[in-house]
Amino acid sequence: MRRFAMIAVPYTWLVALFLIPFLIVFKISLSDAALAIPPYAPTMKDGFTALIQGLDFENFVFLTTDDLYYKAYLSSLKIALISTVLTLLVGYPIAYSMARAPEEWRATLMMLVILPFWTSFLIRVYAWIGILSNEGLLNQLLMWLGVISEPLTILNTNIAVYIGIVYTYLPFMILPIYAALDRMDDSLIEAAEDLGCSRMSAFWLVTVPLSKNGIIAGCFLVFIPALGEFVIPSLLGGSGTLMIGKVLFEEFFNNRDWPVASAVAVILLLILIVPIVLFQRNQQKQAEAEG
Amino acid sequence: MIKTLLTGTAAAALLATTALAEEVRVYNWSDYIDEALLAKFEEETGIKLIYDVFDSNELLETKMLAGGSGYDVVVPTGTFLQRQITAGAFQKLDTAKLPNLKNMWDVVAKRTEQYDPENAYSINYMWGTTGIGANVGKVKEILGEDAPIDSLELVMNPDNMSKLADCGVHFLDAPAEMLPMAMKYLGLNPDSHEYEDIAKAEEALLAIRPYIQKFHSSEYIQALANGDICVAVGWSGDILQARDRAVEAENGVEIAFNAPKEGAQMWFDQMAIPVDAPNVDGAHKFLNFIMDAENMAVASNYVYYANGNKASQEFLIEDVMGDPAIYPSAETLDNLFTTTPYAPKVQRVVTRAWTKIKSGI
Repeated sequence: MRRFAMIAVPYTWLVALFLIPFLIVFKISLSDAALAIPPYAPTMKDGFTALIQGLDFENFVFLTTDDLYYKAYLSSLKIALISTVLTLLVGYPIAYSMARAPEEWRATLMMLVILPFWTSFLIRVYAWIGILSNEGLLNQLLMWLGVISEPLTILNTNIAVYIGIVYTYLPFMILPIYAALDRMDDSLIEAAEDLGCSRMSAFWLVTVPLSKNGIIAGCFLVFIPALGEFVIPSLLGGSGTLMIGKVLFEEFFNNRDWPVASAVAVILLLILIVPIVLFQRNQQKQAEAEG
Repeated sequence: MIKTLLTGTAAAALLATTALAEEVRVYNWSDYIDEALLAKFEEETGIKLIYDVFDSNELLETKMLAGGSGYDVVVPTGTFLQRQITAGAFQKLDTAKLPNLKNMWDVVAKRTEQYDPENAYSINYMWGTTGIGANVGKVKEILGEDAPIDSLELVMNPDNMSKLADCGVHFLDAPAEMLPMAMKYLGLNPDSHEYEDIAKAEEALLAIRPYIQKFHSSEYIQALANGDICVAVGWSGDILQARDRAVEAENGVEIAFNAPKEGAQMWFDQMAIPVDAPNVDGAHKFLNFIMDAENMAVASNYVYYANGNKASQEFLIEDVMGDPAIYPSAETLDNLFTTTPYAPKVQRVVTRAWTKIKSGI
């Protein structure tokens, strides 16, 4: 009985917060747009038989007729991949030096990584507008230093989107890598060096493989939300930044076509399921290895 | 009264206010009112006012069609209002509760009737035109003294735009206004719903697309005022607000607004009460408060938009009433055009064209 209760809690959670909302979205994706409240038909008011008869896969077929959608999915994948790699390149050295820092500093360093979360995500992204704009802090600093004579256009380009994503998701990369490095036994490095490894090859042959699980966890934690990101590209990106989150917004708000918007969302979820399953498997393997 | 109760910090007193206080929730455009009016409304009526803002009709319409927005008063633009009335999103006004209707201006009321027959569902809040805001100094430096800042040539001619690109040009992220502007430039009927004309407008906008830095419907106010950009296609009052912010900042930026001489789009923002408004009575009180001649004048004097309230005109400052960019002369009025809502099929073509213009795909 107790065992049943233990399993029931996470499953209730899953059903209430994932499965039911998903089924609602899926149902809307099979409906037709209408000028009414709510803006699709049929609804429950029409009765169950009429509801079932009115559903079809027309909207999914529609998504294949216009190359906008697959281009947006591809472009989102590209942006998410590049920013994940960039976040790893920035995050790994930070996590590494945190793990190598004297014991008494580590709590403070950890605090500094988490501190930005105390302000709203929206405000932090907004602050980048002030830093990156033509008359912004960064350009003023570079001009004052004499590095450039004309302001660089960074805001409203894809570069700004990468900066925004790397900045926002950096802690998600640092924390799992730090956790992996922190657990590592330092004597392994000493052993490698005693056996004739240079410091550099000891890093590549010992440290990196041992932090592999942290790297994988960090990459998934950045990649998955970055793929569907909407706020960062719409605030920092230019009009040419094509991401599926923006397409979804346009279907929903500009076309007022909830059914097509829902179909886009269902496909996005299907694309996300692959990395999520891989992530889950990795976590499980790690748990087993440790268990 | 609310204040005295709040200062008494007892939790019980706090609970009492939340239970007693009547609320009116208003959803209006950003930068669109003198906030002093909000405090005045609370003081006069004792009703707590919750005031939220948006910057796109699309966003508002989605909330209206989803239903249960919780707002008592919302402010869609004419074409959007018309479609939402068809969808059953609004309720008819109770004119008995709106004695200040007598203040309204027949010139505007006649025009808003094309969206809301007999003005049964809405009152006019503000109206204005869509035109060109220019950083006069920088534009003249780039294009010479005779730069066409009062003409669509400035923003639709690729030659001019290519020169202005480095300095920064923003367009509204509003297909229902930018496509008609392009059609006007091409000499077509700006209210055309023909696929062929939409395609032509798309082509004309694609030709200048490489030179447009951003499509956004509210950022340009600050960007113009700071001198971050040189030209913005935007709403009259917003550009005039940018002009004033630049003057206040004393940053040497001089902004001018012009309704293009080829013809500019005229739009009307209408206040209406959602069909499921929680406080219908309070909503009427708010509408009546806004239609008070002096209150309406305070709002216009602050946001630099013309209003549909005849009686308010005697309280308007010269800067507003005397500015032809805000209250156009009779012959300019003839040169302004209005548009009608798109059918869903046409809407999809328009949005698709707009996505192509913005992202190139």
